[in-house]
Amino acid sequence: MSTTTKTVLKTSTRQSTSAVTSTAAASPAASGAQTAEPVGAPSTHAVPAVTTAPLTGTRGLLEVHGVHKSYGTLEVLHDVDLTVQPGEVTVILGPSGSGKSTLLRVVNHLEKVDSGFVALDGDLIGYSRSGDTLRELKEKAILAQRTQIGFVFQSFNLFPHLTVLENVVEAPVSAQGRRRSEVEVEARELLARVGLADKADVRPRQLSGGQQQRVAIARALATKPRLLLFDEPTSALDPELVGEVLDVIKALAHDGTTLVVVTHEIGFAREVADTVVFMDSGRIVEQGPAAQVIDDPQHARTKAFLDKVL
Amino acid sequence: MSSALSTPPSTGSPASPPPVDRSTGPAPSALPRATRAELESLRVVGARHPWRYVATAAVAVLLAMVVSSLVTNQRWEWSIVFQYLTWPSILSGLWGTLRLTFVAAVIGFGLGTVLALMRLSRSPLLRAVSWAYTWVFRSVPLILQLLLWYNLAYLYPTLSLGIPFGPSFAEFGTLDVINKFGAAILGLGLSQAAYSAEIVRAGILSVDQGQHEAAAALGIPRARQSTRIVLPQAMRTIVPTSVNEIIGLVKGTSVVYVLAYGELFYTVGVIYGRNQRVVPLLMVAAIWYVIITTVITVIQFYVERHYAKGAVRTLPPTPIQVARWTLLRTWSRLTGRPPHPSLPPAFAVRTGNGRGHLTRTGRPSTTRTEGGAV
Repeated sequence: MSTTTKTVLKTSTRQSTSAVTSTAAASPAASGAQTAEPVGAPSTHAVPAVTTAPLTGTRGLLEVHGVHKSYGTLEVLHDVDLTVQPGEVTVILGPSGSGKSTLLRVVNHLEKVDSGFVALDGDLIGYSRSGDTLRELKEKAILAQRTQIGFVFQSFNLFPHLTVLENVVEAPVSAQGRRRSEVEVEARELLARVGLADKADVRPRQLSGGQQQRVAIARALATKPRLLLFDEPTSALDPELVGEVLDVIKALAHDGTTLVVVTHEIGFAREVADTVVFMDSGRIVEQGPAAQVIDDPQHARTKAFLDKVL
Repeated sequence: MSSALSTPPSTGSPASPPPVDRSTGPAPSALPRATRAELESLRVVGARHPWRYVATAAVAVLLAMVVSSLVTNQRWEWSIVFQYLTWPSILSGLWGTLRLTFVAAVIGFGLGTVLALMRLSRSPLLRAVSWAYTWVFRSVPLILQLLLWYNLAYLYPTLSLGIPFGPSFAEFGTLDVINKFGAAILGLGLSQAAYSAEIVRAGILSVDQGQHEAAAALGIPRARQSTRIVLPQAMRTIVPTSVNEIIGLVKGTSVVYVLAYGELFYTVGVIYGRNQRVVPLLMVAAIWYVIITTVITVIQFYVERHYAKGAVRTLPPTPIQVARWTLLRTWSRLTGRPPHPSLPPAFAVRTGNGRGHLTRTGRPSTTRTEGGAV
């Protein structure tokens, strides 16, 4: 597997339905089951349908398979395999420089992979398949795919010149072509959900870090993504502001939104995560149920890391 | 009373604790504790700056000399300056200058933005063309470019519109299309574009990478990323340098006199060539250039203020606000009434010498009537 090239892409996704642009059309059960088999993931048929997911689509099956990524001679991801079931919360732990953030950026195609593939509900991210050929998608199609994957940054990256409401409304209107009036109503509901209904008309710099990150979460939810990625969402926050952001993420987890969270908050991981993944030096060292990985780590590297952090 | 603030080593007896009023409680440190009333009654003496007075006096004398010479020296011929300031041919020259500036600025910044986007594009050819354009047009002096454009008819007597390397639909005489005005705006605009391109590029580069990433991660279309997210934030960097360039352009139009185009500087030259009043007419032009620049500077303030939204927590006050607040403050000083409620607290506080300065009560000292005052 270490010598994988793009041929891996072709063989392992043979059965995936690759209607990338019409992602909403295919039936969830069918595409989920088909793609899971070649990857060798635990049978997805058994996974019960997500009960309530008012904000996101009912699906959100993420498959990362055999992903390699290098910057020059530095290999940041080495043969990474990861499957996230719909409605599941996956927390990625690991030391700095272990490739956690790069993995998230690969998932929504902010970074291109060198080999391997990433698929959301069976649709390849960044490529479309016709017969035996994989075609790289044009930027427009990639942008359309990204509306299905919400991304929350460590440094918030809110648009400072726009009001909070405009920040949330921008993507649904300009990327998804929805009516502004209708989106604004939804945006205000989202802001109320993250506890910031009264801040709709201020600009981000007038908010605290915790409030800004909650706005960023509302903004990521506005396109109704099927999957939400968090890249160290609380690392830039004062300790006393961390809780308010984690509470919002917990609420999303309880709603059955599919989440992948890179964080150093071990307590949060133990409480919320279904699966904990430990990464080091661009590899997944260990993964499993939260209680198992955190409280009974099998790998020496995981133990050493947790001993320092806990 | 004054001993209350003095430190022990200077006044206290060596063996016993300093003579401090301990009725307010035990003092953990050696520093004495003064009551609020005591502090308020103290006389505050500001720091002295004798050299500041010397420098002020020197500058005042120099200013007086300048003003006096402007008034007393008859050769300035101010009556002629004011006579010609609104002379019809001067006004039409002024209009020529404004027209050139406006059109050249539009061409310059329009093309400059395109060149900046080309320079930042992923296509190597576009990048190279943009780089080469900036290289050539920044290298060749403006006056040379103007003369070249004016002599374009020598190289290409006719210009035709049609398919490249194919048939043409229409033909024009070069001199009909590129007259003096055409050559002037081509020269000014195209050379301005080279400079503007670098300004716009610097502005775009100044926007945090996270903004580009966030826009991409949200799936916002590429063109919209530029117009809605990146350029508005880049404007904060672009505006100050651009206004510099536009002011340079206003004065740069005077170079167009080499084409004998009727802008302000050329018109002034024609008039003093006839009546020999060289200095007064140069002053006429100078006054108009100052007025144009002043107007542009005021516009700059408001444009900058607009793009500062979101970048600063509180916007700087406009000149009108400052004027209004100054009036309100002066009124409250003169009448002794409390400052108007709309006055920002920082503006109402008077800095400087006076009683009660230490306690920062925010009231002008002249209107204070305190019992504790000595």
